[in-house]
Amino acid sequence: MSAVAQAPGPARFCLVLLRRQLTLAVRRPIEIGNPLLFFAMVVALFPLGLGPAPDQLAGFAPGILWIIALLSNLLTSDTVFRSDFEDGSLEQLLLAPQPLFLSVLAYIGAHWLLTGLLLALVSPVFALMLNLSAPAVGVLVASLLLGTAVLSLVGGIGAALTVGLKRGGMLISLLILPFYMPVLIFGSAAVRNAVLGIPATPYLAIIAAMLCLAIALAPLAIAAGLRISVDA
Amino acid sequence: MWSFFHKLGSPPWLYRIAGTILRWLLPVTIVALCVGVTWGLLYTAPDFRQGNSYRIIYIHVPAAAVALAGYYVMAIAGAVSLIWKMKMADVAMKSCAPIGAALTFIALVTGSIWGKPTWGTWWVWDARITSMLILLFLYLGVVALYEAYDNKEAAGKACAVLTLVGMVNIPIIYKSVDWWYSLHQPASIKMTGDTTIDPSMLYPLLLMIASFYALFTCCLLMNMRAEILEREARTGWVKKLALGYRS
Repeated sequence: MSAVAQAPGPARFCLVLLRRQLTLAVRRPIEIGNPLLFFAMVVALFPLGLGPAPDQLAGFAPGILWIIALLSNLLTSDTVFRSDFEDGSLEQLLLAPQPLFLSVLAYIGAHWLLTGLLLALVSPVFALMLNLSAPAVGVLVASLLLGTAVLSLVGGIGAALTVGLKRGGMLISLLILPFYMPVLIFGSAAVRNAVLGIPATPYLAIIAAMLCLAIALAPLAIAAGLRISVDA
Repeated sequence: MWSFFHKLGSPPWLYRIAGTILRWLLPVTIVALCVGVTWGLLYTAPDFRQGNSYRIIYIHVPAAAVALAGYYVMAIAGAVSLIWKMKMADVAMKSCAPIGAALTFIALVTGSIWGKPTWGTWWVWDARITSMLILLFLYLGVVALYEAYDNKEAAGKACAVLTLVGMVNIPIIYKSVDWWYSLHQPASIKMTGDTTIDPSMLYPLLLMIASFYALFTCCLLMNMRAEILEREARTGWVKKLALGYRS
């Protein structure tokens, strides 16, 4: 028997990474709760700013919910690689024989599970608080499930490019928000259609298509960005 | 062919050749701009519907066209610098961003000045205007990212990746903004009733577009020369140049 352990295959490595990220997050449950708390607080800002009239809020609800989901995704994107960059494990990841494409997907997947998925699951509560009509709630959850995955992937590009910078926080928003806009357009349009009783599936299909494209291309850009940030 | 490629990678050669090009391109551009502006602004007939206010088209359209093309120039330069690790492509990409941002800004400002008399409002959330606004954000993002890095080599690479991501995204953004607009608002505002443009108005417009391209090239070359000098400030040839030798 050889003393040297066999390096795990790419798929297994990917799962190990995913589990590591999730374990790290579960050990600090407050940080999982923060985006949700942010979501709740910003939802409360809109009635305060726009006035509490239920009809008016219902009209704006698709856009409001989508914009808040986008912002909380943006705020958490910054942290995806940061702690691993600071303690050096990111460097080890780049040196590992497994393809970086898959490792990156594991990081992004963990980020989505901890923010996008949870946001989508709690969003019905906030949708009801904003008086969104009941049939649209299902579409909201579906559009958020698909859309936040795209946001996580695109946000990962910004995170990878700015991880080495001391003042990355504001910069990542400037870089990434333009790329978030198409998702916002189709996500809120899907919910608005559902409110009006028009089928929303075409929009969901377009977001799904964006997700396919993002899964195929974003990890390449993220990997390139990480190499630049670690070399710098 | 290959020696030309290698020469392109040499800062002193590029600095010199850019200077030579500028020496004839810059006067030609200035003359063309002057001719185009006076022709367009003074000697064309006023529009049937918009009167004289349409004349801003001679600034607005060329600026918008070149602003769009500039992003592609920047992205191609970024790709070249990433793939072949050519430093001069990196210089070109970095120099593109502020010029492109300025042109986009000019297009937006002239558009809104044009909008006031024709549409009665400074700003409309129209598909094209929104897309141009997003283009401005993309340009400014590149500038901001470049400035944020202390290590300029890494800054160049990071910006190259960002411009390529933008390149993939621009068609998606444009298409989605188009859809967004056609879904939400009736097309109550049209630029002009019919799209045909009289030759007497078209020729000065074409001249202005051509001179804006030339202007972009001039600004790019001047920007690149300054950037080359800054990056090579410690080398012998720049010191000689600064001391007044002609190389």
